[in-house]
Amino acid sequence: MNTLVRSAVRCLRVDNVCRTGRADGQVFTSARLLCAAAGQRDFAEMVKKDKVVVFMKGTPAQPMCGFSNAVVQILRMHGVDEYAAYNVLDDQDLRQGVKAFSNWPTIPQVFFNGEFVGGCDILLQMHQNGDLVEELRKLGIRSALLDAEKSK
Amino acid sequence: MLPCVLRSARPAVQTLAFTRQTAQFRPQMASDRPVETTVRAKLTAALEPAHLEVINESHMHAVPPGSESHFRVVVVSSRFEGLSLLQRHRLVNETLREELSNSIHALAIQAKTPEQWENNPSLAKSPPCMGGSKHDNTVADKLKAGQH
Repeated sequence: MNTLVRSAVRCLRVDNVCRTGRADGQVFTSARLLCAAAGQRDFAEMVKKDKVVVFMKGTPAQPMCGFSNAVVQILRMHGVDEYAAYNVLDDQDLRQGVKAFSNWPTIPQVFFNGEFVGGCDILLQMHQNGDLVEELRKLGIRSALLDAEKSK
Repeated sequence: MLPCVLRSARPAVQTLAFTRQTAQFRPQMASDRPVETTVRAKLTAALEPAHLEVINESHMHAVPPGSESHFRVVVVSSRFEGLSLLQRHRLVNETLREELSNSIHALAIQAKTPEQWENNPSLAKSPPCMGGSKHDNTVADKLKAGQH
């Protein structure tokens, strides 16, 4: 347990990953990230670890790009607060690596259950046409917009 | 920020009209806009679009005037029939693979079938820049590449 805590503290100082969610979840996943940072990044594992994974510029608290911010805002509207967000501005290897991994040339990039969904445009269109609510439901996430509809 | 995201769902008619007018009356030659010209040519050849808009949005971002780094494209083509959004975007990305690795930093895509465009002929609006390009070496590299 002590090693895990120490690893987590070391990792939390490296600010290129913003993890939302509970503290105990944070400790475990931060330790794993430290191991990954030591060698080659395992993108396949990174995108499967969490239901919703976003590679973006900046962090959800402070996006550094309008398109990345749009993704954050859309997820927030649906009440998706627990997701992994990786800041590509802090790490060029991460930035180039994820583009090669998904064969997608731009950031932001969104993954659901390890599967590449698309960038900002696609997420926005899914939000507008109702597909996002359905895709979140498949992940076991109930969109906040459904509750907003009910309360009308 | 939220209103900006939601606004893009509604037709940005005024913006569109203004953009179209300036595009028509701009005295610049196509050689002044090599990336835009190439993008237009490649998308036309590959997708035979019924309607195509290639909009340089670089002025909306933290890059020098005259840059060709940030684009929005609207491609209306029957080639998109039966393809998912992801497949359509990948098709556009593939067509512009070279430009995306050399000059273009950001590409916003609207990929519709002729029927979809008829039902909703609206240009989506890009969200406001949050300054990312200012601190981004790779954008500077791409801008230099585009100057050849």
